[in-house]
Amino acid sequence: MSAEQHKQSFLTKYIFSTDHKVIGLQYGITSLVWLLFGFALMMIMRYQLAYPESPIPFVGSIIGDGGILPSEMYNSLGAMHGTIMIFLGVVPLAFGAFGNYFVPLQIGAIDMAFPKLNAASYWMYFIGSVIMAVGFFVPGGAANSGWTSYPPLADIATTGQTVWLFGMVMLITSSLLGSVNILVTVIQLRTEGMTWMKLPIFVWTQFITAFLLLLAFPPLEAAGVLQLMDRLAGTSFFMPSGLVVSGEVLTNAGGGSPLLWQHLFWFLAHPEVYVLILPAFGIITEIIANNTRKPIWGYKALVYAMVFLGFMSFIVWAHHMYITGMGTSIGAFFQTTTMIISIPSVVILTALLLSLWGGSIRFNTPMLFALGFIPMFGIGGLTGLPLGLAAADIHLHDTYYVIGHFHYVVAPGTIFALFAGIYYWFPKMTGKRTNETLGKLHFFFSMIFMNGVFMPMFVQGLAGVSRRLWDGGETYAHAADVLYLNEVMSVSAWLLGLAQIFFIVNMIISLFGKKTGEKNPWNATTLEWTDTTSPPLGHGNFEVVPSVYRGPYEYSVPDDEQDFTPQSKKV
Amino acid sequence: MSELTPEQVKHHIKTYVLVFVALAFLTIVTVAISYLDLGVVGGVVLALIVASIKGSLVACYFMHLIDEKVTIYWTLIATVVAFLILIFVPLSTMLAQAKI
Amino acid sequence: MDIPFTVKNRPDTGLYNGKLGVWLFLASEVMLFGGLFSAYIFLRTGVEQWPTGSEYLDIPLATLNTLFLITSSVTMVMSWASLKLNDFKKFKIYSGVTLLLALAFLVVKYFEYTHKFHVGYLPSTNNFLGIYFTMTGLHVLHIIGGMICIFYFWIPGAKMWESDPERFTNRIEIVGLYWHFVDLVWIFLFPVLYLL
Repeated sequence: MSAEQHKQSFLTKYIFSTDHKVIGLQYGITSLVWLLFGFALMMIMRYQLAYPESPIPFVGSIIGDGGILPSEMYNSLGAMHGTIMIFLGVVPLAFGAFGNYFVPLQIGAIDMAFPKLNAASYWMYFIGSVIMAVGFFVPGGAANSGWTSYPPLADIATTGQTVWLFGMVMLITSSLLGSVNILVTVIQLRTEGMTWMKLPIFVWTQFITAFLLLLAFPPLEAAGVLQLMDRLAGTSFFMPSGLVVSGEVLTNAGGGSPLLWQHLFWFLAHPEVYVLILPAFGIITEIIANNTRKPIWGYKALVYAMVFLGFMSFIVWAHHMYITGMGTSIGAFFQTTTMIISIPSVVILTALLLSLWGGSIRFNTPMLFALGFIPMFGIGGLTGLPLGLAAADIHLHDTYYVIGHFHYVVAPGTIFALFAGIYYWFPKMTGKRTNETLGKLHFFFSMIFMNGVFMPMFVQGLAGVSRRLWDGGETYAHAADVLYLNEVMSVSAWLLGLAQIFFIVNMIISLFGKKTGEKNPWNATTLEWTDTTSPPLGHGNFEVVPSVYRGPYEYSVPDDEQDFTPQSKKV
Repeated sequence: MSELTPEQVKHHIKTYVLVFVALAFLTIVTVAISYLDLGVVGGVVLALIVASIKGSLVACYFMHLIDEKVTIYWTLIATVVAFLILIFVPLSTMLAQAKI
Repeated sequence: MDIPFTVKNRPDTGLYNGKLGVWLFLASEVMLFGGLFSAYIFLRTGVEQWPTGSEYLDIPLATLNTLFLITSSVTMVMSWASLKLNDFKKFKIYSGVTLLLALAFLVVKYFEYTHKFHVGYLPSTNNFLGIYFTMTGLHVLHIIGGMICIFYFWIPGAKMWESDPERFTNRIEIVGLYWHFVDLVWIFLFPVLYLL
């Protein structure tokens, strides 16, 4: 084994590696860079919203036009912010990075089932992300029809949209390979004794996520192909007859339906919401069990709720489409399913909350982020209910309320969970510890400013401010009373950006810090902590592949001399 | 399927030939039906029934679904459910819209 | 350390990794073509007039193509059965015939396409032709992908039969599953596009 490792060059060991840990890190680093970039786009937009048509500091010279953000470019930034954060940032980090690195370790597998496909999946993602970046340099700028790319606007948009579609096809293919890999790994490579009901919740969430990606993404690929045909071959799949653009009737054959895109798009994009949130639940569950030093409350309830959540996520998508006039009976169906899907979410949140009850909680950085996640996700989820009811949605649709709602789910929700995961597993991935003070500063400032950014959005949205206004509502009668909030949100956003410096500095100094090499610094029970070194061995993960005898969260077992009992400890 | 004896394989081969004959026959049938004037609904229903029979023959015998493992059955059940949702929910919104 | 169950079946699932992997991949393919079929139905029910396939398309040629694909499916499964019977020569013959039939399918498709371009039936003409070209085009890409795999195991990859016959047989089974699926898609495309 070791002789083989010596022969590896830098290129095969770190760049074109087939080791799931290296690929996980590649995913992690790439997606973190994209998250930062996507966030930067938003910070530019927020300047325009707070101080309309004044030159933008620092980056104004790149934008041109005297540093003032042109409205077309504002659209580009908005579309690319959404695309980048979701498809290039959060999903690759939650699923590609954490899934790749920790699923095999937690189930006691020596690697993923298909290591080469795994590498191919990363490189597809990388190429897809490069294509997305190329979009910024084509004439007309990057895609500017929103991250949802609704036709007919997207059909007649500038070249950037074509680039976006090619990028998406690559990303979809990448996530397809990744999801097949995770599924086969979990089904086939669980070590001896690791039965389904002994799987850590994190593995369950990755498993369900993989299923959602497997079945929900291909229809978007189909839709992407159809939109490419519309744009390149002149078909009219999404173009209704007699469409008039800039006073001229288009010469297309017509007969298509913009609604078709919305159906195919949301068939993916609603399950995608659960792709974003499920891994977050998994990470949070691991951290809460570990830091309350007691078993997670309602393991089976959690598992069943998550499976049910995964299934239900396929039949709620048209709640994004209430105002398309698709018929009231269909609307009633989707309202019902939308209300039903909130039940498993509440079960999960309740189980996590009850797990805190009576625990001797350790307030370390990962735990703080996990504790922050629960109310933040709660706000995100509860504010979603009015949007799921058609009558309320007609008022709130396309306002800042919607933006506030889903950002609460994804930003202080999922992204907090991802930070928690990074702080929690950093010692495992590097053998070093992160700085607790910097971590806590990062948490508290992020918490304050996240709310500073997103809470006012509810106020603006309820006042009826449309989410698509380039000037932040300056010329919009509804907005007059709530206009001052633009500045609050923008300043919070920039301060939130500054707060991330704590994270970046923490990562850098911790990486250069000295190795503690502790195998299990958190005294955790799952296999990745108890049976491998930190970081785990290059190929093969384990010196001896462990067998499993117990459930994943056996903390404070009465007869044990320690307050944690590893899964691999014989009964 | 990896524990087949040579006799079983030979038996399988006979099945393959039979299935092939059935598929070829059904292809001719479906083309013939299309020349009859059954109206849109009748034509669609019949053609889909024949196609489904052909599809099931391929899946059951060539792809050996007739005796496959539970894991694969579960996967495919989930897929079929998702597929039916994907086909029929957009269709129902279209039909509901047409009624308005 | 080797990854377990790449060749042998895992006892509790009764599957080797590759087989489960290809079935999951096919599940996603079902959803890919499902998206297109859904689009077809949605577009068709959304308009007053929808042409019948015979107005634009050539049914006899497509029937011939259907027969080509069905036959290639049989030869594919026979090539796998030959390996099971330890008859490598027959495997070579059946694989070769499968490739030949796939090629015949592509040639017919080529004539169909060029004829349509020639008489001015383009994807932009109307949505029927649009969806016809999209669906059959994507299907043709799948055929080409399958041919590449079959060819690989026919000539360059066949060495594995000497070193690891069981694994090689598994690989043929996997390619076969994919190939039958492509056939299955065509079984539905043919009536939907040509006959209705």
